[in-house]
Amino acid sequence: MKYVDEYRDGDAARRLADRIAAEARPDRRYAFMEFCGGHTHAIARYGIGELLPPNLRMVHGPGCPVCVLPIGRIDQAIGLALEREAIVCTYGDTMRVPASAGLSLMKAKARGGDIRMVYSAADALKVARANPGREVVFFAIGFETTTPPTALVIRQAAAEGLQNFSVLCCHVLTPSAITHILESPEVREYGTVPIDGFVGPAHVSIVIGSAPYEHFAEEYRKPVVIAGFEPLDVMQAVLMLVRQVNEGRAEVENEFTRAVTPEGNRAAQAVVSEVFELRERFEWRGLGEVPYSALKIRPAFAAFDAELRFGLHYQGVPDHKQCECGAILRGVKRPTDCKLFGTVCTPDNPMGSCMVSSEGACAAHYAYGRFKDIPVVAA
Amino acid sequence: MKKDYLRPLDFKQGRVDMNHGAGGRAAAQLVDELFARAFDNDFLRQGDDGALLDMPPGHQLVMATDGHVISPLFFPGGDIGALSVHGTVNDVAMLGAKPLYLSASFILEEGFPLADLKRIVESMAAASREAGVPVVTGDTKVVERGKGDGVFIATTGLGAVPAGRRIGGALARPGDAVLVSGTLGEHGVAVLSKRESLEFETAIVSDTAALHGLVAQLLAAVPEGAVRTLRDPTRGGLATTLNEIARQSGVGIDLDEAAIPVLPQVEAACELLGLDPLYIANEGKCIVVVDAAHAEAALDALRAHPLGRAAARIGRVTDDPHRFVQMATRFGGRRVVDWLSGEQLPRIC
Repeated sequence: MKYVDEYRDGDAARRLADRIAAEARPDRRYAFMEFCGGHTHAIARYGIGELLPPNLRMVHGPGCPVCVLPIGRIDQAIGLALEREAIVCTYGDTMRVPASAGLSLMKAKARGGDIRMVYSAADALKVARANPGREVVFFAIGFETTTPPTALVIRQAAAEGLQNFSVLCCHVLTPSAITHILESPEVREYGTVPIDGFVGPAHVSIVIGSAPYEHFAEEYRKPVVIAGFEPLDVMQAVLMLVRQVNEGRAEVENEFTRAVTPEGNRAAQAVVSEVFELRERFEWRGLGEVPYSALKIRPAFAAFDAELRFGLHYQGVPDHKQCECGAILRGVKRPTDCKLFGTVCTPDNPMGSCMVSSEGACAAHYAYGRFKDIPVVAA
Repeated sequence: MKKDYLRPLDFKQGRVDMNHGAGGRAAAQLVDELFARAFDNDFLRQGDDGALLDMPPGHQLVMATDGHVISPLFFPGGDIGALSVHGTVNDVAMLGAKPLYLSASFILEEGFPLADLKRIVESMAAASREAGVPVVTGDTKVVERGKGDGVFIATTGLGAVPAGRRIGGALARPGDAVLVSGTLGEHGVAVLSKRESLEFETAIVSDTAALHGLVAQLLAAVPEGAVRTLRDPTRGGLATTLNEIARQSGVGIDLDEAAIPVLPQVEAACELLGLDPLYIANEGKCIVVVDAAHAEAALDALRAHPLGRAAARIGRVTDDPHRFVQMATRFGGRRVVDWLSGEQLPRIC
């Protein structure tokens, strides 16, 4: 089976679109939150929104790890490069996120910071081995998908007795974020979005399994359908959610059966709990402080914890007053509701992280969908 | 001992040093034994700092220039030398001109192996000969170790276009057809596969090639003026180039994703790396905006040439004051194909 072709088949898409339109009851509205940034991106890139009936809306959630990274953490990474002269290894998307003093990791690099883009944690380890005389820090971000590789790399560094490698750990957890959306006081202050169900994240679920979502389904009476990243996966999941809502069910269903099991990847979970433990609290951009929502490195591996090694303190930095990333990340507002969208805030000059990351709701809408906001004259 | 004996350059073990750029004997020797020998033509044999050139009557001059900083220097399907010839020849050809002459300027880093330099220069000479465009003048400078990345090459090309011919980015009109001469994304992926931290196995090779023969065949097959715009989608790929044309001409462009030719291996590599083939550099392809009435003839002419076998009609020009490039996705939806704000892959050409 050629995944790339078959899961993007236009005819299958149209058939699914017809099914969804037929089964969505005309007398009610449906709002489903796709939590994961990869899904936001797929929906925008393939124009899935257009294939859904007008009474069915997709709400973009905070599942983009770059988007929820607070300015203060990027400041820490920049400081390590510019002031402490460490080699900072980071994923590509993080490079352009705007931080304090008009800097970003990319701008800090232009000022002489040794900041290197890597595709994986293992690459950062290679840099450390190749530069024994320099401190090397891996800026570890991401949800549960990227956490096992970071854990493996820390364990490997310990086994090799590396003296110059550490990790700035900003890994965050999916279930905490979903709970926070559904019940935090801040959400009540901004007003809740009527969410009828969730499209559950794809790769995160490969690691954690489908079991952790049972909690939301039961406690909050919201259906969850875990979906793969291909556009047909997303549409199939939407159909399954429509059916659950119509039938009054609130269950966890798995559309991504080719990769996700109920218990997830036990080996990955084991290595993660060997190396990491929960932080009591962690600031998320746009969501404020969320309890037990992020990871820190266990004392046994303290030598590889950049925060300890460099004596870093966390300093929270507020967003631009008119930046609506916070509300957008919670699904309370849309990109076009933000006064800065498309004017001051563009991919070239991003004010907030929703515009920088390719998975951010604002970046996705700007890149793929903003032509719909403006009437266009056809030839 | 032979009189006038000059010990030849050691191309096996030797390295570029500061003397080679100082304009003295060592520099002259490098020019004689490497550059002049490889490029060898009447112009260079004069031994002057410039070249005296003839221009065909009834023609206008076209000039184009390119700097080449590609890393790595050698990649599947090519090297910086061949690239520097093809790139400039193509820029001249994109105005509908016949490329006639090239200049080549080398900035060498102290310590660069002469063996690699020889390989690059000979590759350049082969590309120049194959294209029928001689390198008629050049220059060499050397910078200290650490101040240059091996070698940078700048080439300038001169060509001749029949007086009155106008082909340019501002000339696309609503209703025109948009064609592409072949499959996309190969150069960028081939280069990426050689970069240090990203070694992955692939059979993809760069498509670097001189396109002036293809362009000549195309222009001969349609009436003068039918081809509005020619442009090769290098840095930033098809998407960026189409956005440039849309902006210059004050029009919109509408694409059909299913019609855009991309090799399955390139699709797969892009999926793996999270890249979009529409934004990846090509060095042997061109975009053709042509009067729709002559689109089929244009396509036939492209496909009849070895470098245009996979040519395809991918869209049309629309009347759009916002100058969007839009696309009907394979999936049945629509999206904008926007400018990128930065380079997905740095040092790609």
